[in-house]
Amino acid sequence: MNLKTELCLGLPGAAGGDVEVDQSVKMKGKRGFSETVDLKLNLHHNDHPALDLSQNVKSLSNNSVIKPPAKTQVVGWPPVRSYRKNVMAVQKSNAEESTTAAKTLPGGGAAFVKVSMDGVPYLRKVDLKMYTSYQQLSDALAEMFSSFTLGISLMAQTKVLCMICHKFNQFRNYGSQGLTDFVNESKLMDLLNSSEYVPSYEDKDGDWMLVGDVPWE
Amino acid sequence: MAYSFPEEVLEYVFSFINSDKDRNAVSLVCKSWYEIERWCRRRIFIGNCYAVSPGIMIRRFPEIRSVEIKGKPHFADFNLVPEGWGGYVYPWVIAMSRAYPWLEEIRLKRMVVSDECLELISKSFKNFKVLVMSSCEGFSTDGLASVAANCRNLKELDLRESEVEDLSGHWLSHFPDTCTSLVSLNIACLGSEVSFSALERLVSRCPNLRMLQLNRAVPLEKLPNLLRGAPQLAELGTGAYSAELRPELLSSLLDAFTGCKKLKGLSGFWDVVPAYLPAIYPVCHGLTSLNLSYATIQSPDISKLISQCQNLQRLWVLDYIEDGGLDILATTCKNLEELRVFPSDPYGVEQNVSLTEQGLVSVSEGCPKLQSVLYFCRRMSNASLVTIAQNRPNLIRFRLCIIEARATDYLTLEPLDAGFGAIVENCRELRRLSLSGLLTDRVFEYIGKHAKKLEMLSIAFAGDGDLGLHHVLSGCESLRKLEIRDSPFGDKALLANAAKLETMRSLWMSSCSVSYGACKLLGQRLPRLNVEVIDERGTPESRPESCHIEKLYIYRTVAGRRFDTPDFIWTVDEEGNAPLRIA
Repeated sequence: MNLKTELCLGLPGAAGGDVEVDQSVKMKGKRGFSETVDLKLNLHHNDHPALDLSQNVKSLSNNSVIKPPAKTQVVGWPPVRSYRKNVMAVQKSNAEESTTAAKTLPGGGAAFVKVSMDGVPYLRKVDLKMYTSYQQLSDALAEMFSSFTLGISLMAQTKVLCMICHKFNQFRNYGSQGLTDFVNESKLMDLLNSSEYVPSYEDKDGDWMLVGDVPWE
Repeated sequence: MAYSFPEEVLEYVFSFINSDKDRNAVSLVCKSWYEIERWCRRRIFIGNCYAVSPGIMIRRFPEIRSVEIKGKPHFADFNLVPEGWGGYVYPWVIAMSRAYPWLEEIRLKRMVVSDECLELISKSFKNFKVLVMSSCEGFSTDGLASVAANCRNLKELDLRESEVEDLSGHWLSHFPDTCTSLVSLNIACLGSEVSFSALERLVSRCPNLRMLQLNRAVPLEKLPNLLRGAPQLAELGTGAYSAELRPELLSSLLDAFTGCKKLKGLSGFWDVVPAYLPAIYPVCHGLTSLNLSYATIQSPDISKLISQCQNLQRLWVLDYIEDGGLDILATTCKNLEELRVFPSDPYGVEQNVSLTEQGLVSVSEGCPKLQSVLYFCRRMSNASLVTIAQNRPNLIRFRLCIIEARATDYLTLEPLDAGFGAIVENCRELRRLSLSGLLTDRVFEYIGKHAKKLEMLSIAFAGDGDLGLHHVLSGCESLRKLEIRDSPFGDKALLANAAKLETMRSLWMSSCSVSYGACKLLGQRLPRLNVEVIDERGTPESRPESCHIEKLYIYRTVAGRRFDTPDFIWTVDEEGNAPLRIA
């Protein structure tokens, strides 16, 4: 199941067999269509979980699609409580500590962090286990909040803020995409620089860090 | 009236009446009974914190000693309710701190509790005894420190699966040395290490301690000493159940468990090393409750354990138990009343364990007292459901989760209508039902026709249209809570059954086909309902009325609309408007 990249004018719940990831982009009646499309193009690129990041993106194409991680998850299905998911995740990652980190994420479990964006009235919980790299996370966050990016006329520069709730240790247990590939790719740097939104997070000492400073794993 | 009993006699009689239903019935007999009853009610249960206000509660019941309050809708457990929704306990605590100086017990579920709240509780109620917070959030270990330090007669501190900001384990050391009153301590959800010596001393000086649930940070090596300090324990939640293999630790554990003659319930078992499981064999025969749902042990080890637990009434376990383990459960545990099987890998695409519908069928055959089931699996058939229904007409709770949404009967590829239909037709006492798999409106026809005692129904990815919802709302006479997600139910069924909503506690609908216009109509027609539209795309007034809303939460209330809603929730008022907020 792909994350939808077309703006859907359809109504929530109207889709038959589709299971949409929550917070997929919905169009607001009053927004300019072309502006939104442009914004989407800037924020997406080809991403294949199995590829090394250094081989990434030659150009951003109109038909670029995010390949989701191993399985697209519908919010809240199957109905397993976050508490249980987190407990199982930590146990699994403890058990696999000694094995080589795989390119695909350890299955099962989740690690939720709260994400807020300046000017947006609500928080989201994002499952870090769904992403294997900062770019995926950044893309997903951009998509989640993109319906607001045009509307905040009063905000000059805003930042996407990730609040890590006591999960910094887990944050270090993930995937294996190296940082150096990530920052060397100039296209990706352009991407980060051109976007108004810069993901950052608060680590357990309360310092604000730019996402990308620490290797994904 | 000359022939009526004196008040004191009535009050004495009422003191034997403890169930809420009965108390409510008593209060409706006549005005004087209402008056007498309200002065002597000591315990109150509030299923929805917004259905009534603290002021109303206090005005009617001036002498309450025990309060239980629930906040967020059940689907909040699965991240369907956005952060900031509400459920703040603070207004309740403030009001009670003034009105109920003798309050002894507070039990909360899915509520937001702050450290200030906890401090206020610890200082306002001189005889405070019981604090249970189930799936709550918003507080830190600092708040717990206040409770530990100030509540002189604390009997129960139970943090069941709450989300606690874990600043340090130091809070536990705030229990004064004079505290000997603890009966129940559950800190399983905490991450930080507490001081082991403080814990040991606390445990051993509380002679009435019967329930102790440790957190994962308590290593296995510490367990024998703790148990020796509390051999009277009835319920134990272990900490991490792993250590390097050391014979002296195993024998020490064995010794300690042998000394726990009253142990009836076991849980915990994080990071289990199977080699240490034999330490609990001495207590298995006496166990009535076993929670292995965090234990990543495989079927052979689970089976070995279960085969010794002949008196088990309640088992929570991961699907590692597999059909084979469930067969053993069926032959061994003839007193089993409740079974919950959780998924070890809910997001994996392929099945990782050999657990199918067959396991559940076996248990339904072998366990005559089975009344409560929660079962995650990857396939189901109508035939199996019919068998289960016929085996166990005494089922009260049946929650089946077939992991793939809209999965068909794996044998016939049909919808599972007939199977669930058999469940509701045979299990006449069914109070709670959760559906899954491919389901058409037909299943709802069966439910409306047969499920007359059903109180709570959970629906996901099911039904064809409004008719399905109509069957449920018009047929299920005892329905109190209805929660629906991703199903094509819409305006017609809601509006046709609007009055039904006032007989229920609440209705949740998300990703369905309800229009804003219908919400406005409902809000207008039924002033005793709060109709709350949750929509993160901005005010629904900015879109056409026929536009579907994202989420809807409707509940009956005598407290009027609430004013603590976040920006993405609009309450439809009596004029049928959901006013724009000024940020």
